[in-house]
Amino acid sequence: MRKISYCEALREATFQEMERDKSVFVYGIGVPDHKNIFGTTTGLMEKFGSSRCFDTPLAEDTMVGFGLGAAINGLKPIHIHIRVDFLLLAMNQLSNMVSSCRYTSAGTLKVPFVIRAVIGRGWGQGCQHSKSMHSVFAHIPGLKVVMPTTPKDAKGLLIAAIRDNNPILFIEHRWLYWQEAEVPEESFTVPIGKSNILLKGKDISVVATSWMNVEALKAAKILKKRGIELEIIDPRTISPLDDQPIMDSVNKTGYCIVADNDWLNCGFSAEVAARVSEKCFGKLKAPVERIGFTWTPCPTARHLENEFYPNAVDIIRSAEKLLKLSPTDLSQEEFYSHEKRFKGPF
Amino acid sequence: MKNLNLELYKSLSLIRKSEETIIAYYHEDEMKTPMHMSMGEEAIAVGVCSALDKNDQVFGTYRSHAIFLAKTQDTDSFFSEMYGKETSLLRGKGGSMHLCAPEKGFMGTSAIVASAISVAVGAAFANKVINNQKIVAVFFGDGAVDEGTFWESLNVACLMKVPVLFVCEDNGFAVHTPKHHRQGYNSIAEVVSKFNCNVLKSDSTDVEVIYNLTLEAVKLIRKTQSPCFLDLKYYRYLEHVGVNEDFDAGYRQKDEFKKWFQLDPIKIQREKLISSGVSLDIVERAEKELDDRICLSLKKAKQAGFADKNEIYKEVYHA
Repeated sequence: MRKISYCEALREATFQEMERDKSVFVYGIGVPDHKNIFGTTTGLMEKFGSSRCFDTPLAEDTMVGFGLGAAINGLKPIHIHIRVDFLLLAMNQLSNMVSSCRYTSAGTLKVPFVIRAVIGRGWGQGCQHSKSMHSVFAHIPGLKVVMPTTPKDAKGLLIAAIRDNNPILFIEHRWLYWQEAEVPEESFTVPIGKSNILLKGKDISVVATSWMNVEALKAAKILKKRGIELEIIDPRTISPLDDQPIMDSVNKTGYCIVADNDWLNCGFSAEVAARVSEKCFGKLKAPVERIGFTWTPCPTARHLENEFYPNAVDIIRSAEKLLKLSPTDLSQEEFYSHEKRFKGPF
Repeated sequence: MKNLNLELYKSLSLIRKSEETIIAYYHEDEMKTPMHMSMGEEAIAVGVCSALDKNDQVFGTYRSHAIFLAKTQDTDSFFSEMYGKETSLLRGKGGSMHLCAPEKGFMGTSAIVASAISVAVGAAFANKVINNQKIVAVFFGDGAVDEGTFWESLNVACLMKVPVLFVCEDNGFAVHTPKHHRQGYNSIAEVVSKFNCNVLKSDSTDVEVIYNLTLEAVKLIRKTQSPCFLDLKYYRYLEHVGVNEDFDAGYRQKDEFKKWFQLDPIKIQREKLISSGVSLDIVERAEKELDDRICLSLKKAKQAGFADKNEIYKEVYHA
């Protein structure tokens, strides 16, 4: 099968859906400009015209409301935010209008609305270009929150999201954009609300979100040399959460690490830990370990940034703690860093 | 052919009488929903909604009794919603602040000031794309004009040339705060006119005036392919929320009310009918029909049951 990047997978999914369904349109700040949201919207305006792929004023909240109005009147909007931090300006529409529109119309209105938001890390982005926020969105009933990790999931979940009659926050990590993997050329869907076992293993269950799956895979590779097997579960959909594969895994391993691309406090990691303690209490051999951002705003200087973001080393150290192992010598290991993925400036 | 002024009068009276019925029964504490009463603004609601096509769409605010009834004429749904009964369209999920009847063009409301304006602009954009000729009217107060999203929505609508009618129901107060404590300019209409937007204004309480003004607005929207802003004035008769007067609170004077009440939209429309030669008998018969209809709707609403408790879980997501 041909290999494409996560970025290309997003573009292809959008292209194919716009070709299939003329009610689909894409809009947002910078969407049709020469940078094309990191290349995820390249060629859409040229192919489908500026009525279906357009730029907007800098008015996030209003343009989310605009998407809601278009959706209830029969169109299928895809609204793109190049930083999730900018989408926070639209929390009123998201939490007061979009999420409850179907409910307060007793089901007479449907809201097929995809809101793509880019998250990321690194290179001095600072406290306003670095958040993740999926837990905040997942806190609100009526919204679905999707966070694909692999290029195949990016394509299949985006197509599923566009065809879904619910408002969906679709959260993409910049560092995943350059990942390449096999992705079918034809149109396909990956079901929303289904977790995926990314790696089978017998010793410790690791629930990881978005980029943290890449870190978890790296940690698994290193621990495997010591004979320790991680089982990695990528929920892919944060809300509604398909927790059964998590429970099945923890019941098997007796250990659980949640590696979340977010702060821990009141976050997705807390939700998973609570559910695991409720449903796997007798099987847990140790308390659930949680890994995430430090409880600070994101700093800008590199050495502080390195402290802020969790990585494979943190997962390895957590695994050693759970299994009461001596620290693995990591001096010869190479880890993902900003330089390995991407060099600035933008 | 129907007498337009009689039809307008019936619609005005339907709203006034429905709200008088709410006042009469609210003390029973069976309508457990915060009432933001429309009394005083009936001419705007009826004038605009009657001038729109049946298929046109309307968005409102938490103060939408008048536009809901003007647009739908559906007193059964209205009262059953006030009582939160299973016979209502929303089965206990709406209440006074969240009326919604999309199949009749009443698309919904928001109790967050100004939040429906951008939604209306998006809905109008979809209508333009689908090319179904529908106009969207969005109602809001002068308080909404203080919000950033009003100006953003206006900008977007003008930029994208969407067929939307902005209806500003200016009563001079945001809850209890007068305009001069909130706005750093003298005339909303004047500021809006600097945009590529049609602007029409009136301080009339004559429903026929509002009706004709709206016809003109719709014509302008179609001709210029651009939005129109209606700057309309009224006086809120009752307190911000609740069914009582609040002239003793001190933030406004009863004399002001008395001045506006001289021009009460229902009263002047009735006088107009009589002086134009419609017989008292016809007017009184129409009034009696409305009373009977409201009485029956109220009775049905009171007698209806509540939805099953499982209703709470329904329609969070589209299955």
